[in-house]
Amino acid sequence: MPRRKGAPEVNAGSMADIAFLLLIFFLVTTTIETDAGLDRMLPPIEPPDTDVVIKQKNIFTVNINKNGQLLVEDQLMELKDLRKAAVSFLDNGADGSCNYCKGRKDPSSSDNPSKAIVSLKNDRETKYATYITVQNELVGAYNDLRNREAQRLFGRDFTEMEAEYLNPETPSSIRDDLKDKVKRVQDMFPQKLSEAETSTGS
Amino acid sequence: MAKFAKKKDGDLPAVSTASLPDIVFMLLFFFMTVTTMKDSSLLVQNTLPNASEVKKLEKKDRVVYIYVGKPIKEYQKVFGTEPKIQLNDKFADVGEVGTYILAERAKKPQELQNVLTTALKVDKDANMGLISDIKQELRKVNALKVNYTTYEGNAFNNIN
Repeated sequence: MPRRKGAPEVNAGSMADIAFLLLIFFLVTTTIETDAGLDRMLPPIEPPDTDVVIKQKNIFTVNINKNGQLLVEDQLMELKDLRKAAVSFLDNGADGSCNYCKGRKDPSSSDNPSKAIVSLKNDRETKYATYITVQNELVGAYNDLRNREAQRLFGRDFTEMEAEYLNPETPSSIRDDLKDKVKRVQDMFPQKLSEAETSTGS
Repeated sequence: MAKFAKKKDGDLPAVSTASLPDIVFMLLFFFMTVTTMKDSSLLVQNTLPNASEVKKLEKKDRVVYIYVGKPIKEYQKVFGTEPKIQLNDKFADVGEVGTYILAERAKKPQELQNVLTTALKVDKDANMGLISDIKQELRKVNALKVNYTTYEGNAFNNIN
């Protein structure tokens, strides 16, 4: 009886075909997710126990009407000017207690970044796209200021630091270090964006 | 000069395709890892607006999605063309948002229940009235962390 010399070789020629088949399946089903957006906190529904008195000059009112026009501090404004106006309001520092502010110290504008509040009000018929643009500009104003301070203190952008801090792949040693820095810059310009309930009708 | 005997002239040597499966497998594994299966099909038109100051939504397990937009063509005869809310796989009223959030929250593990984010995927042509109603519902069930999901891009492209 002739002895066999090991197992016969399996023909692997069709391996590529099988792999291609799988590859094409995954290619077709892939959707690269586009999940990024503007993070916002809604105000809690219970009203605060104590009535806080806020000076009118510390409030930056932004009204959007149903045609997408802006009324900022009772004046009509173009959307592209909003960011600059918000920055100069937040950075004003009228009472002189803010030593990193570079604003004009206009006594009729906000006292201190920690007191400054942006109030956003919109109509029921405002387009969502307009609303997002306005939100984007207001968040952008905060980010511009925070970037400026982060550059001064740590030599890098705040947005970049925050993204690295929030990324779950960042090692925890770096994250602990970033946490304090991010917190510090956030506290310099705390984001106080109040969204009043929408006005009905015209 | 037999020493320099010519090789068999004529046909080119065949290119070895032995490493082809390896290359294909490499691609395959790449796509397998980046693939995320869609969990619900869209019943509404969903063209998101652009924004430049975006933050990435990390950790998909702690996100609850709400879609808003006009019904897609096939459903417009039944549901009209007014923007509607889609929760999971069906249309819903504003009043159902609260219960949906609570139900989704109950499905998540205990330690995540307090850190959930609600991702609002809203079509750019929707009106703010509906969004305000949703926001009001979210406040009622104390789901205060929201993310207005957008595409990354110049925000001024939204208005034209």
